[in-house]
Amino acid sequence: MSNVSAVAFSVFLFFFLLVTILGFVAARWRRAADMGSLDEWGLGGRGFGTFIAWFLIGGDLYTAYTFVAVPALLYAGSAIGFFAVPYTIVVYPLIFLFLPRLWSVSHRHGYVTPADFVEGRYDSRPLALAIALTGILATMPYIALQLVGIEVVLEVMGIGTDDSNWFVKDLPLFIAFAVLAAYTYSSGLRAPALIAFVKDTLIYIVIIVAIIYLPTQLGGWDDIFSKASASFSAHNETNADAIAAGEVSPKSAIPAPLLHWAYASLALGSALALFMYPHSVTAVLSTRNRSVIRRNAALLPAYSFLLGLLALLGFVAIAAGVKVSNPQQAVPQLFENEFPDWFAGVAFAAIVIGALVPAAIMSIAAANLWTRNIYKAYINRDATHAQEAQQSKYASLLVKFGALLFVLFVSTTYALDLQLLGGVWILQTFPAIVAGLYTRWFHRWALFAGWAVGMVYGTLVAYGNPKVGDPGSHFGSPLNEFPTTETLVYIGFTALVLNLLVTVVLTLALRAAGVDEGTDATSPEDYGADVGDEGVVEELDAETPAR
Amino acid sequence: MSSSARWTLIVVLLAPAVALPLMVPLFDSTDPTLFGFPFYFWFQLAMIPVAVVLTVIAYYLAKAADRDRAAKR
Repeated sequence: MSNVSAVAFSVFLFFFLLVTILGFVAARWRRAADMGSLDEWGLGGRGFGTFIAWFLIGGDLYTAYTFVAVPALLYAGSAIGFFAVPYTIVVYPLIFLFLPRLWSVSHRHGYVTPADFVEGRYDSRPLALAIALTGILATMPYIALQLVGIEVVLEVMGIGTDDSNWFVKDLPLFIAFAVLAAYTYSSGLRAPALIAFVKDTLIYIVIIVAIIYLPTQLGGWDDIFSKASASFSAHNETNADAIAAGEVSPKSAIPAPLLHWAYASLALGSALALFMYPHSVTAVLSTRNRSVIRRNAALLPAYSFLLGLLALLGFVAIAAGVKVSNPQQAVPQLFENEFPDWFAGVAFAAIVIGALVPAAIMSIAAANLWTRNIYKAYINRDATHAQEAQQSKYASLLVKFGALLFVLFVSTTYALDLQLLGGVWILQTFPAIVAGLYTRWFHRWALFAGWAVGMVYGTLVAYGNPKVGDPGSHFGSPLNEFPTTETLVYIGFTALVLNLLVTVVLTLALRAAGVDEGTDATSPEDYGADVGDEGVVEELDAETPAR
Repeated sequence: MSSSARWTLIVVLLAPAVALPLMVPLFDSTDPTLFGFPFYFWFQLAMIPVAVVLTVIAYYLAKAADRDRAAKR
């Protein structure tokens, strides 16, 4: 522990211990008589109301990585960095329209994962497997990134020794993750749901203080914006030749007209991808009824406001003269420089706990996919509820340690690259899931082919994108020229267009050829079903005291 | 109002909440500033409460549509 203040560290430790206790206590919270099922462990009993769901979904979607990476983009002068704000505005009307239908059909048929739905709807095990594997693949690097978020804070705090032994060096990260794994194992989705209260309260306090207190210290927002823009102009002037040669990226606060499509397609593509992620579906399916989801679509944008203000802390860091070589350290470093020790401790705790909540939910979501769509579908077709729950618990451990090994032994940059790919990949499940909520017109094999084409195209294009100033490198940017034009567009978006094109053309062809479409297990009324309807169980014996 | 008319209205209401934040040429300027925030930044932040108001109205419409649906059976 080189430069950590004892006060900041103690405050940090206090909150960490607090959420650890909460994580274990959560197993008894809203406990059902029989905890041995996936509905209990993996979906918290499917009975969360508006209030809990707000914290849970907010704690799930706005991850620590977001809190570190978004301001880092603005700090680094990326003109498209602010896209996170339109992205998180656009996502809620979409959730409002699409997810209540998924909720209804899932409750009627006991679906736990989006792949369960796809299998029921299209009677296609290969398609369901494709959806499940995409979900697991896309979620793994996302969990790894939560670790990156924790790592950045630990580095700024100076925890983690300079010891050359890798084990000693990363010991704090191990401990944090082992604790997380233990309470997720024992409490399931109830743990992150309960911890999310602490996480979000801390984050709100820290951000509100930061955006009110810091500008008063630094001469007001006026000054902050002009200092940031002056620093960008200075950078562009000094490096004018290198920028012209394409070796250095120009910096700016507002995207030039050339980047408008990039900005919009990133925002829309990310929004469409966000609620296809297994962890968003898990959180949404854990709610009590359709209204909870819709009400939250109106309440969750409060987090977007927070995110927008937080993003601007990237500029605040510039104005405060924070100089870090890794832009991701900008905001934690800003906190350490500008806040009194004890409050810096609160801020660090907020970010780290902000990583634990989504990491827990993501590992549960990935574990559910494994259990339902691989274990039960292919390995043990007669698995009992108890076996499913146990399998998921093991899988959640495996997923988390996989992510940990990944960050430690592969590389952090690689995790970032895969996260970029993860978004592109998950977007390719959109036609099967969302179109499937409305129509059975698409042919199951056409959807499968569209998915495959989108996956391959997106992966190849992302791989072929060199980083600025490093020819021959890969995964340098989420943007690429839209085919036959020179307009830069989000790769995932282009891949989705291609995916849809293939799906439509092949559907027409397969239908003309009369290829078997399979039997739809769902009926039109399923998509509007709500609590109280036949076959829709209300919360699974929530009030029954534990045995 | 029939259920399908309500749903049409909901889609019409929610459309600007999706479309406006994506129309970058509308707001890619510095002026007019507000409390020191360039237009680009405060406009996008201001879209959040706009989207919330639209979603709240849509919520009540959807609730009524669901009630009709339940009453029909």
